[in-house]
Amino acid sequence: MKYIYYPGCSLEGTAAEYSISTMAVLGALGVELVELDDWTCCGATAAEGISHLLSFALPARNIAVAEKMKLNCDILVPCSACYLNLKRVEHETRLDPSLLKKVNQVLETENLVLKGKLKTRHLLDVLASDIPVSDIASRVIKPLEGLRIAPYYGCQCLRPYAVFDDPEEPVSMEPIITALGASVYEWDMGGRCCGASLMSTAPDAGIELVAGLLETAQDADAVVTVCPMCQMNLEAYQKRASKKRQMHYDIPVLYLPQLMGLAMGLPDDQVRMDLNLCVPDAFRNKLMARQTA
Amino acid sequence: MKAAIDGSGEPGKPKTLEERLAPVRKMLLACIQCGTCSGSCPNAWAMDSSPRHLWRLLLTHNGEEIFKSRTFALCSTCYSCTLRCPRGLPLTDAMSLLKQVAAAENIYIYRRSVRFYQSFMESVRRHGRVREMEFMTLYFMSMKNPMIPLKFTPLGMKLMAKGKVSFEIPSKGSGKLDALFRKAKEIEDQS
Ligand code: SF4
Ligand code: SF4
Repeated sequence: MKYIYYPGCSLEGTAAEYSISTMAVLGALGVELVELDDWTCCGATAAEGISHLLSFALPARNIAVAEKMKLNCDILVPCSACYLNLKRVEHETRLDPSLLKKVNQVLETENLVLKGKLKTRHLLDVLASDIPVSDIASRVIKPLEGLRIAPYYGCQCLRPYAVFDDPEEPVSMEPIITALGASVYEWDMGGRCCGASLMSTAPDAGIELVAGLLETAQDADAVVTVCPMCQMNLEAYQKRASKKRQMHYDIPVLYLPQLMGLAMGLPDDQVRMDLNLCVPDAFRNKLMARQTA
Repeated sequence: MKAAIDGSGEPGKPKTLEERLAPVRKMLLACIQCGTCSGSCPNAWAMDSSPRHLWRLLLTHNGEEIFKSRTFALCSTCYSCTLRCPRGLPLTDAMSLLKQVAAAENIYIYRRSVRFYQSFMESVRRHGRVREMEFMTLYFMSMKNPMIPLKFTPLGMKLMAKGKVSFEIPSKGSGKLDALFRKAKEIEDQS
């Protein structure tokens, strides 16, 4: 199995542990990743907020570069915001030839052409659909027994394009969590919005969404996410949310491949939990107490 | 008259608000005002007018009113409304278009968001990838409000301590994606 890997800007910075653990886990599962040549920003949610055409041209540039690599395999994207931006180009340029034409006029400045031949896949899609869950289970050497994990999907890997999961009641992470020896924490917030950039543009509204999620997740041992924006919102604002609700939220928010890495016994420098902002002792102790299978 | 219908306006002339809103209105024509969008929106509680009401204002040509409310700026692009609308309308896209109109018209209520997005895009234009610390610094500078950076400081410090972001003085000069940005703007200004 081979994919073109588009990490995106967050995975080079605030979500470094997501990229490191993704590469390590996929490597251990025998998946080959080839990083996209000279990739650039997909526009995140910012381009869309000011220019329609730019919000297509920026992700399209990356798909066009991928086509030029002539590897003829899917593009794998771990960040949900990047994923949706690339996916949107894939979908909308197919439906609307005049949009494709405009996008290509812009790409001409970079000597690139978008043909629309490649498929963009979310990391979770690849983990849940391409890799047999038995392969994952057979790699587990330190099962996460006794840990209750709340799967958190967020919005953009689910909606508006329902590609690999139910867009309202997602379940694709559950078999993976179970394969790791953990149990799935039952909650109905998996597909609820984390507030995205509202935490910066309208924090009074954003913090309520974050607090609502943390409150419902309180009895879980950890939340797992597949999106840097969700992860940051849920992890970095726990103090502020606690103050707002007069509660004490203290819950680890890990990336799914980090959790997989823990169960697969990957070394610390491939899981990089030291980069997480919130890893309570109670969680560490539970991890330490595990038996090797 | 033609301009008001298809929203194209005359080339070269600045567009009126009505002209800018025409394409959004066109997307909403089939709205039956059922309110499913409002009921699905995680941010409806914070909005001064519901998404459904916003569409009503749009359809009744009350464009000015839309931009007195903060509703569109509170859309976190979660796509719940788009998924559930019984008429299958592209509501999240409509919200985004309203944001773009607000950005073009320099609407006060949306200024903070625009500065946030523009600071981000500026960093992308320069380097091809966003440099998170540069982007935040540009944002604070554009807000000219010394109180705002303080709010972010504890997080900024934590991230720096983890080596996830580095403090950067925004660099000027020609950018990696200059030509691409310029071309996109040129095409958008023409249409
Ligand atoms: S859900 Fe669709 S049809 Fe119903 S009010 Fe909202 S936009 Fe109109
Ligand atoms: S996409 Fe925007 S308007 Fe629609 S439900 Fe989500 S936040 Fe509300």
